[in-house]
Amino acid sequence: MSSSLEGNRSILVVGGGMSGLSAALEAAEAGFQVYLVEREPYLGGRVARMNRYFPKLCPPSCGLEINFRRIRNNPLIRTFTLAQVEKIIGEAGNFDVTIRMMPRYVNERCTGCGACEAAAVTKVPDPFNYGLSSVMAAHLPHEFAFPMRYVLAPEILGTEEAEKIKASCPYGAIELDMQPRLFDLKVGAVIWATGWQPYAAEKINYYGFGKHRNVITNVLMERLASPGGPTGGRILRPFDGKGVHHIAFVQCAGSRDENHLPYCSGICCLASLKQATYLLEQEPEARATIFYIDIRALGKYEDFYVKVQSDERVRLVKGKVGEITEDPESGVVTLQVEDQGSGRILKEPFDLVVLATGMVPSTAVDAIPSDPRVALDAMGFVLSEGGIPGIYGAGCVTAPMDVASCVQEATAAALRAIQATRRG
Amino acid sequence: MEKKTGVFVCAGCGIAQSLDLESLKRDASEHVQGGICREHPCLCSPEGIAYIRQCMEVEGLNRLVIAACSPRVMHDVFDFGPGTVLERVNLREQVIWCHAANDEDTQMLAQDQLRMGIIKALECEPPAPFSQDDFSKRILVVGGGLAGMTAAMETAKAGYEAVLVEKSDQLGGYMKSVHKLPPSGPPYEELRDFDLQAQVEQLLATENIKVYQKARIARISGGPCLFDVEIDVNGGPVAERVGAVVLCTGAVPYDPHKLGHLGYGVFPDVITALQLESMFTSTSVVRPSNGEPVSSVAFILCAGSRDPDHLPYCSSACCIESLKQAKYFKMSNPQTPVYIFYRDLRAHGHYELFYKQLQKDGTIFVRGTVTGVEDDGSGGLIVTADDILTGAPVTTESVDLVVLANGMVPTTAMGEPFKAQTPAEGEETPAAPADSIIASDILNLQYRQGPELPALKYGFPDSHFICFPYESRRTGIYPAGTVRAPMDWARAVEDAAGAALKAIQCVEMTSRGGAVHPRSGDLSYPEFFMQRCTQCKRCTEECPFGAINEDEKANPLPNPTRCRRCGVCMGACPERIISFRNYSVGMIGNMIKSIQVPDEYEEKPRILVLACENDAYPALDLAGIKRLSYSPWFRIIPLRCLGSMNLVWIADALSKGIDGILLLGCRHGEDYQCHFIKGSELAQIRMSKIQETLNRLVLESDRVRLEQLSIADYPRLPEILESFAARLEELGPNPYKGY
Repeated sequence: MSSSLEGNRSILVVGGGMSGLSAALEAAEAGFQVYLVEREPYLGGRVARMNRYFPKLCPPSCGLEINFRRIRNNPLIRTFTLAQVEKIIGEAGNFDVTIRMMPRYVNERCTGCGACEAAAVTKVPDPFNYGLSSVMAAHLPHEFAFPMRYVLAPEILGTEEAEKIKASCPYGAIELDMQPRLFDLKVGAVIWATGWQPYAAEKINYYGFGKHRNVITNVLMERLASPGGPTGGRILRPFDGKGVHHIAFVQCAGSRDENHLPYCSGICCLASLKQATYLLEQEPEARATIFYIDIRALGKYEDFYVKVQSDERVRLVKGKVGEITEDPESGVVTLQVEDQGSGRILKEPFDLVVLATGMVPSTAVDAIPSDPRVALDAMGFVLSEGGIPGIYGAGCVTAPMDVASCVQEATAAALRAIQATRRG
Repeated sequence: MEKKTGVFVCAGCGIAQSLDLESLKRDASEHVQGGICREHPCLCSPEGIAYIRQCMEVEGLNRLVIAACSPRVMHDVFDFGPGTVLERVNLREQVIWCHAANDEDTQMLAQDQLRMGIIKALECEPPAPFSQDDFSKRILVVGGGLAGMTAAMETAKAGYEAVLVEKSDQLGGYMKSVHKLPPSGPPYEELRDFDLQAQVEQLLATENIKVYQKARIARISGGPCLFDVEIDVNGGPVAERVGAVVLCTGAVPYDPHKLGHLGYGVFPDVITALQLESMFTSTSVVRPSNGEPVSSVAFILCAGSRDPDHLPYCSSACCIESLKQAKYFKMSNPQTPVYIFYRDLRAHGHYELFYKQLQKDGTIFVRGTVTGVEDDGSGGLIVTADDILTGAPVTTESVDLVVLANGMVPTTAMGEPFKAQTPAEGEETPAAPADSIIASDILNLQYRQGPELPALKYGFPDSHFICFPYESRRTGIYPAGTVRAPMDWARAVEDAAGAALKAIQCVEMTSRGGAVHPRSGDLSYPEFFMQRCTQCKRCTEECPFGAINEDEKANPLPNPTRCRRCGVCMGACPERIISFRNYSVGMIGNMIKSIQVPDEYEEKPRILVLACENDAYPALDLAGIKRLSYSPWFRIIPLRCLGSMNLVWIADALSKGIDGILLLGCRHGEDYQCHFIKGSELAQIRMSKIQETLNRLVLESDRVRLEQLSIADYPRLPEILESFAARLEELGPNPYKGY
């Protein structure tokens, strides 16, 4: 490659989830300087909070560990956690980006020893577990956090406890007066990979999420089943902590629905098939029912569908669930659904109902702060064509997709970013 | 250069409160061979790093042993450049966080772990990267369809030279017969025009792309940056040297002649999706039986797909392609009756909006399994199906045309299975499970293990890894598009761009002497001490990436640029002639030998743990972070892959009096997690051969155990370790203690 090219050859990747990590690593391993910016205090994004991937039922930590190791071994990647992009101006080959670093209240001297956690007494809801459990006000974001550095919950600032926590650190790593900080980066291209957010299930009011405690969403189910989750991996009813014998999955909860998300979220069918196996592995006597419109198990995922479907403990019912009610005494939730097979209206009780809520692109919630604006479609997805040269979407901000497709698309985005840096 | 080693023990994070550092340093000093041994209250602090640097300068240190936290943390802090050998000894996560403070057994564990680290540092040499001055960074793209054209164009746009080989006399592949494309942008309801000709012309005019048409690959030898490609073209063979390969030969429609039950070959008006598409491209959409216009049509989806008798998988693109073709009819005449027989309508993502549009257009969707296509007696066709839900039969009105969405088969699935060399008389049968390779006459690799990419299921040479979809089993050869997995056109374009980057990355990494995924950038590579080779062929058979060829006398011919540095060859070699400068049989053997084994009267068993460094080792760290505790008898040595485990280590350990050996590796079998594909499985196979050694030593086979473990299994670790320790206790001490 010619070395006489002008312009800035570095690449900014926004979002440290699977897509962002992959884009950053693929570009850096091709020899480019990469800045990786992540809003959370750890890398890994949404997948870090998952229990297992379909169809292999393997834990995300395995691939994340390899990616973290690739970061450790590659001096071309600089990562910033608790950081957000404030502003992007300029053009391909020459962008000026302003980054805002949010205070962690813990500096680089943190060794991860845990003295601060031992000194803390206040507990705060654990964001990693979506608030299903609590953590000490000084805590590791999660046990597999990368970077392995503690973080302080801002709730305790200004208290005596905060001072005690500060005093407990032998290394002077606690900085209670840490402020948000702005800094600029000059880059040649930007990859926007801020991922997705679960559709707000409470908006589907007839399903009673947020009201019925035994109605949860698929992302919560991932935490319930995770060994590091609020129940140590045991799938228990939030209502009373009792075991689950009959579970229901409600597909297209919000997806393929013009009142909610008009598109198909692509992954929920397989996610529910997978989550059915979580319970059946723990509770061999349990039963799972999946209410669906179409099972969209594309390509070789068909094998996984066939495998789960052939388990006699799994029942698939074609029908859109109409309403969910909960018995306030027992916590039993009853689903009303028209079984399209028999044409009958079914009313069935379950211990736990999982809403297969879909994906909302993060760009629908937080727009890309570029000038001019990056083109989005009506649903908030980043368009692949007609956008700003030099700024590329990757992963679930462009369309709903599974992990492998995210990595694949992130790799393609890395190439486009590399090409854009040549245009400066 | 003279070895000068500095051992630095960290007193921070509770290490000084849990261990007797004076005694630890005293023991270390005895092994450091003229080096120094120091302590600091917090090595990872700026003061600690400055202290290390100062000592390095004053003492002229070129080897460092840092006894502190896990090597998985503070990696950026403890970075002293490539010229310094650095060994990290994990006293925090794997010693003091899991074991009782100020306890004799914890202290002995720390001493053993530190001693092993010192031995390793002393025996390591900084790797010298493999290099040749005739490296090429050009990218070969095989197949000139949509994916191949994309890969070549994207490669060129990134500033690299592409060589494109197409077997027909025209570029475009399947796209040559495509009339329009399904929607890919707002409002996601309209078909999209596609100008293949313009794309072909643009490609042909691109300076950095060399195109061979009517050409086939006669042979490819070498490895990344050194691939020698022989291309058969009109006018004789041509030779090209390239650095990496993108395989884009695509898929072909499933043979419709096997779909007689759906009327193909029986009725001329039953055609395939491709035949219909060609009709639209040639603007002559008529019934093959009589040349009359088509006034009604039925599409049968999953014609062959999702069918255990035909293609068990879903071909991914057919639902959308059929919706698109239905739209053709609705566009020319909205009143045309269009039936679509389907099982699940797989309009994923934004395609859902297109599906909705077709429903609004009045397309009749029938969810059923087609049971037959029959003549209505007056030249029309009647499709009958069983409703999937009710089982009730459904029939169409008479239609003029029936279109089969007959799915896709990768071009790599076409051909006879390659048979690995059968062992000659008297030879052992190979231990390694053979790859599934189909001789599809596409790449014609001159590889000992077979001429094409190994396939996973159904002939697709796909990656097995969700997190790493480009990891084929042959280094530097990246499949993309429908040859890799069933996918639609839009996905294929993205896939080709991604594969082009992987190819570029491969030539960049390789030209710097570094490994590609998963040990990206590793500069070490295996060297063979050929004088002692016995031509047993284990290394050539077991390499998961086919990196080692063989000469006619069965001598291994390594290709360092194909190597992924897992060390499986090193583990396989009974003569121990394969080693890396920083990882060898002798080095690990000496680490094992440095473990102090108390005699049996002290009742302190010693158990060796050989742990995969990607999964088992982090799991052990997590056990520490979670302060899970387990017996202090275990001594942990991380391995690049369990497949690099050489049986001599087991013999060394047992003959030294170590009571048992626990191998912690990744899951193997169908859903394997081993990132070196077969490493953990090979370790299991080698384990079965350990019986011989155990018999010779008159030891129980239970003394060696293999456990499959992922990082997320860390809560199980105490139980796994304790149950093994309990079993060893039942067996009693190893009788070789004290010898």
